[in-house]
Amino acid sequence: MVENRPVLTLISHIVLALGVLMVAFPIYITFVGSTHTLPDILNAPMSLVPGDAIWDNYAAALGTGGDMSGARPVSVMLWNSFVMAMVIAVGKIIISMMSAFAIVYFRFPFRMFFFWLIFITLMLPVEVRILPTFQVVAGLGLVDTYFGLTVPLIASATATFLFRQFFLTVPDELTEAARIDGAGPIRFFFDILLPLSRTNIAALFVILFIYGWNQYLWPLLISDNLETVVIGIRRMLTVGDADIQWNIVMATTLLAMIPPVLVVVFMQRWFVKGLVETEK
Amino acid sequence: MHKKVVFQHGMLPYLLVAPQIIITLVFFIWPAWDAIVTSFYRVTNVFTGQARFVWLQNFERLFNDPFYYNSLQVTAAFSLTVAVLAMGVALLFAVMADRVIRGAMAYKTLFIWPYAIAPAVAGVLWLFMFQPTIGIVAYLFDVLGYEWNFLTNGTQAFLLTAVAAAWKQISYNFLFFLAGLQSIPKSLIEAAAIDGAGPARRFWTIVFPLLTPTTFFLLVINVVYAFFDTFGIIDAVTQGGPGSPGATNILVYKVYSDCCAGSPDLGSSSAQSVVLMIIVIALTVVQFRFVERRVHY
Repeated sequence: MVENRPVLTLISHIVLALGVLMVAFPIYITFVGSTHTLPDILNAPMSLVPGDAIWDNYAAALGTGGDMSGARPVSVMLWNSFVMAMVIAVGKIIISMMSAFAIVYFRFPFRMFFFWLIFITLMLPVEVRILPTFQVVAGLGLVDTYFGLTVPLIASATATFLFRQFFLTVPDELTEAARIDGAGPIRFFFDILLPLSRTNIAALFVILFIYGWNQYLWPLLISDNLETVVIGIRRMLTVGDADIQWNIVMATTLLAMIPPVLVVVFMQRWFVKGLVETEK
Repeated sequence: MHKKVVFQHGMLPYLLVAPQIIITLVFFIWPAWDAIVTSFYRVTNVFTGQARFVWLQNFERLFNDPFYYNSLQVTAAFSLTVAVLAMGVALLFAVMADRVIRGAMAYKTLFIWPYAIAPAVAGVLWLFMFQPTIGIVAYLFDVLGYEWNFLTNGTQAFLLTAVAAAWKQISYNFLFFLAGLQSIPKSLIEAAAIDGAGPARRFWTIVFPLLTPTTFFLLVINVVYAFFDTFGIIDAVTQGGPGSPGATNILVYKVYSDCCAGSPDLGSSSAQSVVLMIIVIALTVVQFRFVERRVHY
């Protein structure tokens, strides 16, 4: 604070409060929508005061997924999303640490070739190779499996670079000491490198969990019965001539955003660290 | 940069890189190569899948296609709108949050969590508020006498999706702007204050120029976001419509709807993929070569 200007500080607080309202308003409306009955919502305008159908809506969403034909229980979708997010986050961290370890701590033929091969994946998001990737996965018979849903997304240039960058800052003395004590590379990795990487792993995990949970295009192509919750919401909106069951949709929407939001709020320190480092 | 101390290698390093390399080859390089090759072919017999090498005909067709031309324009306008909106609003909030001492941390927490919401889910939130027959904001428009129906009005659909996309991205920009602001030496601002420069003058002559690296970095990130990550918003809210060329039919949505809904035109779809690849490569080069990160934490 350079100088004391009470009026300006007050204005700042007002602007920020309005900003927080702007950010939170859509969520509040969603919550209110999930507490009313469908007729109350369809009979516009919906009341901005929460209704009393909250338990019915959430029980219906979690239990059966609503009355629409082909509806699936949201609890199953949440589980699918959780498995997908966990496999992607943990898988990316494991294979990225392995390849970063190899690239930093060994001199072997084609080292740089592998490095650039991994780098290229940065330039090939799913969107630019939709059809051929789908054909490959379909050809391998992996459509509608957890394997097909997660493994094609597990390669990660960003995470590999992050670990490479970090390993390069680990003092050489540690490596030498380990070697003198007779520790091989595997022992060195588990006893020294892994404990040192803990904060990096936590930071990356937060970012990757959210990334995995929020995947859209890939599960849209690959999953039919194996519906993630984000895809489930999308399918609830495609009802042809019938009325969209907005009360169920809103309950599901809220359920879909609670896990990643909790991860961000409770792991805020690692989240900020992870955001900053993955963009380097 | 290389390590001076390394381990003796046998097969171990190859085993360590193997999973990453295998996934990269099977699910990234092979499909991308396939897209590039297919973009030079045209299917001549749908039943046998016979194809003919046609040089650049698919690309010629693509760039003479008014629908594709429309999609290019929509994408450019969309990413610009999203980037300017999301960055402008975030900068305003970051400057305010940097000013206040009390509650700065609380504001930070209150602003960052929309980052965790999936784009498609963000789209559904906004769809619910603006749905012409039941939406609460649509009702307000109706009371005010403003004719609102984004299901038929292209401009309204464009604005709705752009605002929803920007809303989600504010949290990210806010964090980086705030960090950028906090890394500016206080002595510079104090010196300007002693010379009699007011807050507004100080912002435009000192703070804003010093934020340029952050701003440029965020511009690239926001354009990438608007290009690729907004797919879910478009799919949930407008499906590329309304109208026949599609008022919100961004490139990524078009390549999806051309390849994976209805009968695919393989040549055209691959050519579109290749164009997108070139755009990503260009953006990545810009990001790595020209973006200087002077943000300190």
